[in-house]
Amino acid sequence: METGHEIREAIARRDRSAEEVTRAALDAIGRVEPSLRAYITLLPERALAKAREVDAKIAKGEPVGKLAGVPTAVKDLFCLKDALTTCGSKILANFKPPFSSTVVERLDSADAVIVGKTNMDEFAMGSSCENSAFFPTRNPYDLEGVPGGSSGGSASTVGARSVPLAVGTDTGGSIREPASFCNIVGVKPTYGRVSRYGMIAFASSLDQAGPMTADVRDAADLLGAIAGFDPMDSTSVDVPVPDYGVGLRDDLKGVRIGIVRDFEDSIAVDPKMAKLYKDAYEDLRKLGATFVDVTLPHAKYGLATYYLIAPAECSSNLARYDGTRYGVRVDGDADVYAMFDKTRTAGFGDEVKRRIVLGTYALCSGYYDAYYVRAQKVRTLMKHDFDTAFAACDVIACPAVSCPPFELGAKSDPVAMYLMDYFTIPMSLAGIPAMSVPGGFVDGLPVGLQICAPAFEEARMLAVAHAYEQATRHAAKLQPVVS
Amino acid sequence: MADVPIDIAYISRLARISLTGEESSRFSAQFARLFDFIRELQALDVSGVHATAQVIPLSNVMREDELKPCLTQDEALANAPAREGPFFKAPRILE
Repeated sequence: METGHEIREAIARRDRSAEEVTRAALDAIGRVEPSLRAYITLLPERALAKAREVDAKIAKGEPVGKLAGVPTAVKDLFCLKDALTTCGSKILANFKPPFSSTVVERLDSADAVIVGKTNMDEFAMGSSCENSAFFPTRNPYDLEGVPGGSSGGSASTVGARSVPLAVGTDTGGSIREPASFCNIVGVKPTYGRVSRYGMIAFASSLDQAGPMTADVRDAADLLGAIAGFDPMDSTSVDVPVPDYGVGLRDDLKGVRIGIVRDFEDSIAVDPKMAKLYKDAYEDLRKLGATFVDVTLPHAKYGLATYYLIAPAECSSNLARYDGTRYGVRVDGDADVYAMFDKTRTAGFGDEVKRRIVLGTYALCSGYYDAYYVRAQKVRTLMKHDFDTAFAACDVIACPAVSCPPFELGAKSDPVAMYLMDYFTIPMSLAGIPAMSVPGGFVDGLPVGLQICAPAFEEARMLAVAHAYEQATRHAAKLQPVVS
Repeated sequence: MADVPIDIAYISRLARISLTGEESSRFSAQFARLFDFIRELQALDVSGVHATAQVIPLSNVMREDELKPCLTQDEALANAPAREGPFFKAPRILE
């Protein structure tokens, strides 16, 4: 399948109908789904109805949305009215929300064709998609490998070229790491850029929705469609959304790129990874960029800070799953507390329980100041690090991941899994936009380059990523093993 | 292995989750490894640093108190595991 912008243009020229495109996407998904299992729920009827609606508008000469007819997958934590929305959890295995998330509504009004809800680590907690309560998803470039997580289903289906667009969410790296693993573009926007209304919450001060796409132009178009102020989300920020597609560049003349010296020792552990990133920086230099050394002295505390703040927020957010108002209930012999306990014990998986317990601890009276408040203070220091760095550079280029995709079952130790987010957590804590763009291959598997920008400067970040992508065209060098 | 200051039985009771003995000891060992990282925060000087609860410069976001379309009672109750008329049904909490 082509990119989203190619499809959109073909439909606008009437070379193809949206229905033809949708049928082709559903066929492509059907062919690879037995191997990949990227979707929890497919929505073929809804997709075809939407496609016919787009075709009818075009036939009548009516204006269509900017994603008209483009097949799009949505992570299964975005509420979609009357469609199963599980968040990858048994506790929501029967949940059909009575309303749609703002992201889904904006996709609908942009005339995107939503084809299904993608698999994910339960409540977005994980980096491999193995924590899904239902089944793991496979990497389209190595069927023994994980697609990354938590937005693993979205990454896998775009990486397989079944659909060009997907929406994921990123709390500590859950868009960028799977994008890196699946040879696609993944954008975590500035916190507050995309509405969280109707997005099932994990860590509310960190969660942010963003595009996972075939190329940077698609990411720009999709971000433009879903971004913007929403009165339904009090943390949504009322700043204008530029036309991201207009600002995309083909060179980097005059661009100052910060290279994070503090990350060099970490990536040097693996000489192949170190060489890949050295080559990527060299490609940026050839495009005309100048380099500036920057330091993020508190980045090394990211993991500790994140694993206090995110579980604390998770323990609070997930308190709502008690079997009373929605989701699966396990009765407790007419005792309300026994019902809560049995429901939660049966409904949550291992990783979710671990984080709820850890977060409950971090918020306990007596430990609150020592852990949670201290972590929030270190978060301030981390944000200052980025403010100082961006005084000297326009964007930062750094590793997205420490390794190429690993095999299923390879990281059974949760702390080893947490370390997967080493390079992505600091940006999440600082709330700044960051993205992964295909950066090459290690051992024949994809690896992403991370580009980060100051808050609300997604346009600048996308412009740099576009120039790099157009010059290197890494994504096209490797074909999925299934199609 | 460093000691973990977590009383897992007490904390999981607060969180309304029952852990098996195997889960409790496994979680303890995993938390011990995580606390090797977390303890590094204790060495940082954070005196005079304010705590960041959220990164965006917004506070006290208000709107006019206007009636807007909302879910109907049936929609709001549609996912209830048990309902009785217009109510969510739960076990008795008062004798």
